[in-house]
Amino acid sequence: MSKDLRIINNRFIDQTTRISFKFDGKTLYGFKGDTLASALLANNIHLVGRSFKYHRPRGIMACGSEEPNAIVQVGNDASMTEPNTRATEIELYEGLEASSQNCWPSVNFDIGAINNFFSPLIPAAFYYKTFMWPSNFWKLYEYFIRKSAGLGKSPTEPDKDIYDHRYLHCDVLVVGGGISGIIAAKIAAKNNLNTLLIDDKNILGGTTLFQENECFKINNSYSNEWLKKEIETLKSLENLTIKTRTSLAAYHSYNYLLARENITDHLDINEKKDKIRQRLWKIRAKKVIIATGSMERPLIFNNNDRPGIMLSSSIKKYIDYYGVKCGQKISLFTNNDSAYETAISLDNSGVNVNSVVDIRDKTNSSIVKQAEKLGIKIHWKSTIVNTNGYKKINSIEIMKLSDDGAAVVGKKIKEQCDCLGISGGWTPRVHLFTQSGGKLNFRDEDNVFLPGKSELDQISIGSCNGDFELDEIIKNSVNSTNKFLKVNNNDYENLEIISSKEIHKKNIWLLPSDKPLGKTKPFLDFQNDSTANDVKLALREGYKSIEHVKRYTTTGMATDQGKLSNMHALGIIAETAGVKMGQLGTTTFRPPYTPLTFGTIVGRNVGEFFDITRKTPMHEWHIKNKAVFENVGQWKRAWYYPVDNENMHEAVQRESKAARDSAGILDASTLGKIDIQGSDASEFLNRVYTNAWSKLEIGKCRYGLMLNEDGMVYDDGVTTRLSENHYLMTTTTGGAANVLSKLEDYLQTEWPELDVYLTSVTDHYGTVSVCGPNSKKILSKVIPDLDLSDKEFPHMSFKNALIDNIKCRVMRISFTGEHSYEINIQSSYAKSVWEKCYEAGKEFNITPYGTETMHLLRAEKGFIIVGQDTDGTMTPVDLQMDWIISKKKYDFVGKRSLYRSDTIREDRKQLVGLLTDDPKEVLEEGAQIVTEKNKQPIEMLGHVTSSYFSPNLNKSIALAIVKNGKKMKGKKLFVPMENKTINVTITDTVFLDKENKRLNA
Amino acid sequence: MFLINCPYCGERDQSEFSAGGEAHIVRPKQPTELSDDQWAEYLFMRKNIKGVQFERWNHAHGCRKWFNMVRDTSNDKIHAVYKIGEKPPIN
Ligand SMILES: [Zn+2]
Repeated sequence: MSKDLRIINNRFIDQTTRISFKFDGKTLYGFKGDTLASALLANNIHLVGRSFKYHRPRGIMACGSEEPNAIVQVGNDASMTEPNTRATEIELYEGLEASSQNCWPSVNFDIGAINNFFSPLIPAAFYYKTFMWPSNFWKLYEYFIRKSAGLGKSPTEPDKDIYDHRYLHCDVLVVGGGISGIIAAKIAAKNNLNTLLIDDKNILGGTTLFQENECFKINNSYSNEWLKKEIETLKSLENLTIKTRTSLAAYHSYNYLLARENITDHLDINEKKDKIRQRLWKIRAKKVIIATGSMERPLIFNNNDRPGIMLSSSIKKYIDYYGVKCGQKISLFTNNDSAYETAISLDNSGVNVNSVVDIRDKTNSSIVKQAEKLGIKIHWKSTIVNTNGYKKINSIEIMKLSDDGAAVVGKKIKEQCDCLGISGGWTPRVHLFTQSGGKLNFRDEDNVFLPGKSELDQISIGSCNGDFELDEIIKNSVNSTNKFLKVNNNDYENLEIISSKEIHKKNIWLLPSDKPLGKTKPFLDFQNDSTANDVKLALREGYKSIEHVKRYTTTGMATDQGKLSNMHALGIIAETAGVKMGQLGTTTFRPPYTPLTFGTIVGRNVGEFFDITRKTPMHEWHIKNKAVFENVGQWKRAWYYPVDNENMHEAVQRESKAARDSAGILDASTLGKIDIQGSDASEFLNRVYTNAWSKLEIGKCRYGLMLNEDGMVYDDGVTTRLSENHYLMTTTTGGAANVLSKLEDYLQTEWPELDVYLTSVTDHYGTVSVCGPNSKKILSKVIPDLDLSDKEFPHMSFKNALIDNIKCRVMRISFTGEHSYEINIQSSYAKSVWEKCYEAGKEFNITPYGTETMHLLRAEKGFIIVGQDTDGTMTPVDLQMDWIISKKKYDFVGKRSLYRSDTIREDRKQLVGLLTDDPKEVLEEGAQIVTEKNKQPIEMLGHVTSSYFSPNLNKSIALAIVKNGKKMKGKKLFVPMENKTINVTITDTVFLDKENKRLNA
Repeated sequence: MFLINCPYCGERDQSEFSAGGEAHIVRPKQPTELSDDQWAEYLFMRKNIKGVQFERWNHAHGCRKWFNMVRDTSNDKIHAVYKIGEKPPIN
């Protein structure tokens, strides 16, 4: 590190502990307590990146979260690297590796910088205007734009770090640990309020912490000394929790806030291991006090973006806090008093201050007088018209301002410098306030937006509320906090505060140059590279709304959300358009305040915790038997069971044939099961299903179709009457939760008079389904005591039975059209029953089959799958299931909708069967169906919903929904595909065993 | 994120609840006697007010009870919660 850029200053950093780090591959040294930015500056590195569009060299500008340029990539591990981090916020640690972003091949030699010489050709919205034509060239353009403009690299492997989420409730949350926040937190905690104080820095105190100046004194001490004592007293407050390195990310309604705590980011590489990296606090606060302070504005003038041009207050922090000189010959440029504090600090530390260029007429506040006393030269009523130096500023050109400030006059003075501090006044950080829904007011006197009306229990205090003078900050913070918390703290009465008062204010949003506007480069948004000229061009092109101008010019749309120069953009727009800024309004600040890494947002919800995985009791058996699984909602369902090297098609063909030829076994545990009890259970079913239930005998099962109130099919399943007032309803696998909610809704809100109780028992029972001509023989081996005769146990009935003394329910129901049984047994026994059935079925070649075969078998029978053959626009009539609509029932859910003018239309889309002319040709599900091949525009009649090759029929079969399909049986239609057109014929939906003989086979 | 005072459980996070649209739309007792227009009024027409609105909410990840809420949609202020069947405490 360049020794001559450091001064001895051990108050905040530890200059005895040297830390090594790498920047752009080069090993450098800093001290414990440095940020990456302060360490780079101490190494005389200003150039840290290239601008987005013109690839101009850009340097460190600030010292906090508002930094627009020093955006770096941290780490080079494929799983841990993090793009878009601000060097000004990275605390230096042993082993840190960082590199510049947005430059290629290197920050010192950047190919994209050629854009800078072409910049007259790259005006506002250049990318929009140029690369949109011809549109098919976009793919090509995109590659080059991404390569030359990309902001950082994403990690390519999963993040190995651990992140955490926690909830926190408090009476008072104070955001910001500067002088106002400290006062507010102390008042709150001293009055027995459970208080949380957070600050994004590693230490409390804000900028007052290093404000050691004769002009700012409290009770005869320097303001920083007084504050240090205040911070000491916080430690004894039991009700106060302090969280440093914690930044508030979002402020939502009802005082729900998200804060990100950095836990290990500042630790050495080997200390980070196995620790939680960041924690997201989900805070619910009764009251919120925002004390987020303000940030310094830049000034907008020609070539104001060169490395070495920095915010004046940041230069002050680098010298007073880190002991780093940002240059050896520093000039300052200001429109307000605060640059003089910087000048005095620099002078006190032995740094040569060339001069202060001040756009104001001579003023004589105490701080200005102090600077003059130190012999610092001041150019009054002057502006900088140009800066020079490509990779680092080397001189400035100064001219006098005309009386109206619109032009420059007189002789040009050139002044050598290696750093320029700029100060355009202060912008209150109102971001959190607006995030929370608060409305802003504009104060014309110093051009600031201030918190106005809010619906939440909150206040803003200190400079984020527009108080910039030390005495006002303290007085108003105390009064506001007392009033807000309804307490009467008198710790701060009778304080003697000395504060330099700013007497003269002046503001020019866009400073004039001796060159005409088109020839200058006054940058507004340093990260997105837009200039004041771009904004003016947008206005000339007719944009009026601030939100439109923002998007068109991309001003304020980079990762810093335009923190620095949003105000100037607004100012220039207002001025050009001739409206008042208060009327123009401001753009919306959205959370997060500073970018959050995805890991923090998701916390522990990664990997297997990302979503619940539901497994059936037989899951292990399926794994052992090589099942391939498919996800059905949260469930893992066996899809098919390949044998040897079978592919899916081969396995499904084999399974489907075996189930019809002899026996198949299916895990049906995932079907939703709802236990329904109560004296009105039958009436309830009458109301929610389309068919009648009152006459269903005990011990019998019935298929039911459930509609939405709009008449569209919602769910289906078999319900069994277990006893007089007790039913077991089954639902589709995916619909289970929604059906239960819907039924509960009706019971609670429409029919509270019904005596009905619903309990979800999906997870309580496992279901083994055995089907095929030999299923009866298999079941008689498993449950020998059960009379399986058709007379005693016919299709659509149920029996209680015992297997190894364990109670189970056996339903004789069928989704395949085969003779079939479903055994429902407590989940813990389901696997053993499954194995029992499998063993018993071995002599019949019992074949486990998965969901794909189940779908194929039911399609052969024309049974629908809700959600596959229906899509929320199909009535039972559309599905050709008129038989299931009770004519006798006065009402049921959806009934009235079945004869609305639209639902009785005869040419609605209806479910039909489709056969391909070529029986080997299997249609694609989702394929469109048309009447004429060559008609333009082509009329689409409908689409294929289910399609399979049936091994039992030895041909391709499909279900489809087709406009007016019911009347089109036998009609030839076409399915146009990418390379060919397939000829099809409309048929009945039942392809196999129309007489249902197999059910009793 | 709202803090919702479930009439059965007390204050809970919004993430435990699901919203169920406009409240006090009673399912007609005799749908068959309604014209298409009258039925459509029940089925489809919702007010979607900017301002004070009466809404149905369900404590889905809690007691699973439905209840009603008076909420100002312009600022998300919840003025009241009350049980199904009860009269709104505010008009
Ligand atoms: Zn509840």
